[in-house]
Amino acid sequence: MQTPAPFEYERATSVDNALALLERHGPEARVVAGGHSLLPMMKLRLAGPEVLIDINDLADLDYIRVDGDDIAIGAMTRHAALLSSPVLAEHYPIFRDAERVIADPVVRNRGTFGGSVCQADPSEDLSAVTSALGATMVIRSTEGVRTVSAREFHTGPYETVVGPAEILVEIRVPIRPACGSAYEKVDRRAGDWAVAAGGCFLTLDTGGTVTDVGIGLTAVGAPHFCAPEAEAALRGHPISDEAIVAAAAKAAAATNPATDQRGPADYKRHLAGELTKRALRRALVRARGEGA
Amino acid sequence: MTATDVPTSPVPTSPVPMSAAGNPIGFGRMLRKEDARFLRGKGNYLDDVNLPGMLHGAILRSPYAHARINSIDISAAQAHPKVRAVITGEVLATLNLAWMPTMSYDTQAVLATDKVRFQGQEVAFVVAEDRYSARDALELVEVDYEVLPAVVDATKALDADAPVIRTDKEGKTDNHIYDWETGDSAACDEVFNRPDVVVSKADILYPRSHPSPMETCGSVASMDPVTGKLTCWITSQAPHAHRTVYALVAGLPEHKIQVISPDIGGGFGNKVPVYPGYVCAVVGTIVTGKPVKWMEDRFENLATTGFARDYHMQGEIAATRDGKILALRTHTLADHGAFNATAQPTKFPAGFFSIFTGSYDLEAAYGKVTAVYTNKAPGGVAYACSFRITEAAYFVERMVDILAHDLQMDPAELRMKNLIRPEQFPYQTKTGWEYDSGDYLVTLQATLDAAGYKELRAEQVENRARYEQTGEGTLLGIGLSFFTEGVGAGPRKHMDILGLGMADGCELRIHPTGKAVIRLSVQTQGQGHETTFAQIVAHELGLPPEDVEVVHGDTDQTPFGLGTYGSRSTPVSGAAAAVVSRRVKEKARIVAAAALECSPSDLEWELGRWQVKGDPEKAKTIQEIALLAHSSLELPEGVEGHLDASAVYNPPNLTYPYGAYLCVVDVDPGTGAVKVRRFIATDDCGPRINPMIVEGQIHGGLAEGIGMALMQVIAFDENGNCLGGSFMDYLLPTSLECPSWELEATVTPSPHHPLGCKGVGESATVGSPAAVVNAVMDALAPLGVRHADMPLTPAQVWLAIQGRPARTDLAFT
Ligand SMILES: Cc1cc2nc3c(=O)[nH]c(=O)nc-3n(C[C@H](O)[C@H](O)[C@H](O)COP(=O)(O)OP(=O)(O)OC[C@H]3O[C@@H](n4cnc5c(N)ncnc54)[C@H](O)[C@@H]3O)c2cc1C
Repeated sequence: MQTPAPFEYERATSVDNALALLERHGPEARVVAGGHSLLPMMKLRLAGPEVLIDINDLADLDYIRVDGDDIAIGAMTRHAALLSSPVLAEHYPIFRDAERVIADPVVRNRGTFGGSVCQADPSEDLSAVTSALGATMVIRSTEGVRTVSAREFHTGPYETVVGPAEILVEIRVPIRPACGSAYEKVDRRAGDWAVAAGGCFLTLDTGGTVTDVGIGLTAVGAPHFCAPEAEAALRGHPISDEAIVAAAAKAAAATNPATDQRGPADYKRHLAGELTKRALRRALVRARGEGA
Repeated sequence: MTATDVPTSPVPTSPVPMSAAGNPIGFGRMLRKEDARFLRGKGNYLDDVNLPGMLHGAILRSPYAHARINSIDISAAQAHPKVRAVITGEVLATLNLAWMPTMSYDTQAVLATDKVRFQGQEVAFVVAEDRYSARDALELVEVDYEVLPAVVDATKALDADAPVIRTDKEGKTDNHIYDWETGDSAACDEVFNRPDVVVSKADILYPRSHPSPMETCGSVASMDPVTGKLTCWITSQAPHAHRTVYALVAGLPEHKIQVISPDIGGGFGNKVPVYPGYVCAVVGTIVTGKPVKWMEDRFENLATTGFARDYHMQGEIAATRDGKILALRTHTLADHGAFNATAQPTKFPAGFFSIFTGSYDLEAAYGKVTAVYTNKAPGGVAYACSFRITEAAYFVERMVDILAHDLQMDPAELRMKNLIRPEQFPYQTKTGWEYDSGDYLVTLQATLDAAGYKELRAEQVENRARYEQTGEGTLLGIGLSFFTEGVGAGPRKHMDILGLGMADGCELRIHPTGKAVIRLSVQTQGQGHETTFAQIVAHELGLPPEDVEVVHGDTDQTPFGLGTYGSRSTPVSGAAAAVVSRRVKEKARIVAAAALECSPSDLEWELGRWQVKGDPEKAKTIQEIALLAHSSLELPEGVEGHLDASAVYNPPNLTYPYGAYLCVVDVDPGTGAVKVRRFIATDDCGPRINPMIVEGQIHGGLAEGIGMALMQVIAFDENGNCLGGSFMDYLLPTSLECPSWELEATVTPSPHHPLGCKGVGESATVGSPAAVVNAVMDALAPLGVRHADMPLTPAQVWLAIQGRPARTDLAFT
């Protein structure tokens, strides 16, 4: 059994209360959501917060709903809810694709959307999803609310713009008509972190021109988990398989993977292209309403 | 007592009668007796053992693979308010306990004094009031290390400029452990030099893996200061062997040591060795006068305890052009880590690797194994390997497939042509084994039929044509493996561990009311002994299995024997259980004769009763006899009362289970991902005592095979950092990687085992990796791939397609 270093524990009763506790305890305090990233790090003594502020009672941060032109998702929404949400399945099957291959049911029952993106693991799947979809991250502090685009949210491995006295409360994704989205991942085993993964959405006009596109990549060192060059190559152009293959090559070229036991860098770069290609093809089928 | 003295009772062909509880009175499917407590959370594992006043130990481990220890400062740790003792190698040295003997007659540091020799090596032991404080205090121990270059790549361990790891051994100037030879080198040369032979060569790595039982290793040691009795609860597969080793290591009198192996959450050979932590817990209880618990965490288990394999096997196979295999030879480099701590019979330093000629009739064979020290954790014989038969079976089955590839021959046809014929049994191999029985062709055919081999090959032709046209989609691969194991170590004449012969004791007592208790020397770790051994007694005596209590795992309660590993429980202890039951049966006959006032020779046995020949109404059931045996019934002169017996079984030979496996995979060349579509396994382990338990063993072993073939490896970076120290890095297969297993059986009884049974616990682990790898190589053949080493992760498959498969025991570069 692995044992963490000593720490204190507070259970927040509301967002305001959580923010007050964060202010009171200072930068050595951390919020704990699902705990599936933070607790293992504490047990391995890679993280040693002095105070844990448990936000699991904040049920008002657990929702997936249509809110005006957006889908709004509370930061405490569990992976399992993202996986089974009919709203997301209708508008963004990329969530279902990704959630099916994130961890295992035990982790998915507990791990949260907010915790995932705040952990900012360079292999986090949902970071690629939010980046692909151009989501907006809603952050609160005692000072008020601010929003940051998903592509500006991560500032480096395990680092985000969320300050020590702030909490991510919501993730917003704009609803797009005639949209298809998909996610592809290669792992060494079910429940394993990605060797490489990527997802995308695309919208088409009636003539088959790409009106908008977003491509997200994870585990391959893509800056901000996205592939802007590949998107630019597609946006405003007629869709075709040649265009997809060319865009995928651009996505691969812009990655900067690290060699580790999941594979050497050149393999991961290859995968970035291969998975972008596959995700775009699948998203296209979905955008055309030709298949799930 | 040997099996030859014992008449074998053939396995009944008529249906086995059922007990009142619905269990077979003999062989057959029944739910496991032990499962009631496991399913209700009432198991008693090591960490469930909690004694009053118990303290907790934690081990400080080396962050470096190779470093000199300049000094250790424990003062801050000692000052921790909850710390009761801090033990270092220096303290142990004063007790002559800093080093301990290994099961291979080497020595191993209990706590390092001079140098650390692998990452994770034990440096200090802290005993505290609770487990958290013990762990906290580890951070207060200051060790001044001077980092030394590490030997990581076994192929460079014998280089002239390689740092010498075992400077503790006087005069040691290199990292060589031993050279060991088997077979006939000259005879091989003669075959290989023939002008018309085809020779296929390959370098095959069976990389380091780890058995990773769910329950890690641990111990609770409790010394009674008044009686001087030491009681140790240990996660041990071999409690008696552990007790003897404790007596030898610690100089404690053996009768004052009680080793209790409670419920064991998986062993797979990981729980055979004596680990430094166990010794530390003993020292901890002696020093503090309180019970001390030590329980590994997952990193400690994966990174420091008995690993498996790590064999670099260069192979050459010679055959005629039309596919008659003539000879096989290997030079193998064995990476034993920093201490030679493998557990296997003394005369077999490379275990039973010499069985590498497999299931084939050869003219010549030769093997040489060179073992080396490296800066890695010690071990090597584990993970259901049957003493390195895993390595041997993988080697020969890859070599045969590579030969088939080079000859452009169908691998099933090549195997059919070369398998040992039924009339050749008992078969003497070129490396000294006597295979007891087998009908190999029938078993291979059963697998091919069950798989629909022809149809699969036809599908593959279409699949390849489509792939060639489109360059998209998956490639179908079909892989075969035919393995023969030698299990049930073993005949005392040839086999001992640390001088302890590998025979097993057994005691059976029938209580007056006809209920029984059988005491075993072997120790279940999930194999279902409490059920299987009750069924053996049921089979022999006609007692319902629910009336037979199986006692094991406590040295004060059970007769001596060497424990459970190497698939030896049924071949050795199962035989002992049959022998002891037959002795009870003979004693029962005398009692029945006295009660029926006839001569014992007038009686005949009918399951569960002795009856008068020709007058079956006149009979006594075994339950009636049990009461009579304890009653005032007058017994013949010299016959003592009661109904019990004991036996020690010394097997005359190993038993040789075998099987034919076929794996079907779909490989995605675009990503390197492998999906196992089907797995067909025909096993022949002789009669199956409880077919359900046998199938469970096979299911687990097949999953392990998929694990090893596709995802499991303990690799090291150039500094000797362990790259497999967590379940994020060392992957266990899940149900999603496993197809629905398709099992078949053939039954060829062992001629020398009293029940005809052969071991089966490791068969599937031994036989399955080659089938999976052969299937992936078969899928990739159209892309020019001939061999790539396990594990065939997506990256490794992609690299193989690129023509540059990686050395999987090293970090990816
Ligand atoms: C076995 C296993 C396998 C996994 N596999 C995958 C995988 O394949 N793909 C994948 O993407 N992920 C994977 N994960 C990670 C999983 O998705 C985690 O649930 C997730 O990374 C963290 O979510 P959490 O709610 O558990 O966060 P926690 O562990 O509670 O917190 C993580 C970090 O985020 C901070 N935090 C949490 N919530 C907020 C908030 N609202 N505002 C500000 N900061 C916050 C915490 O302070 C902490 O620093 C795996 C995890 C495990 C244990």
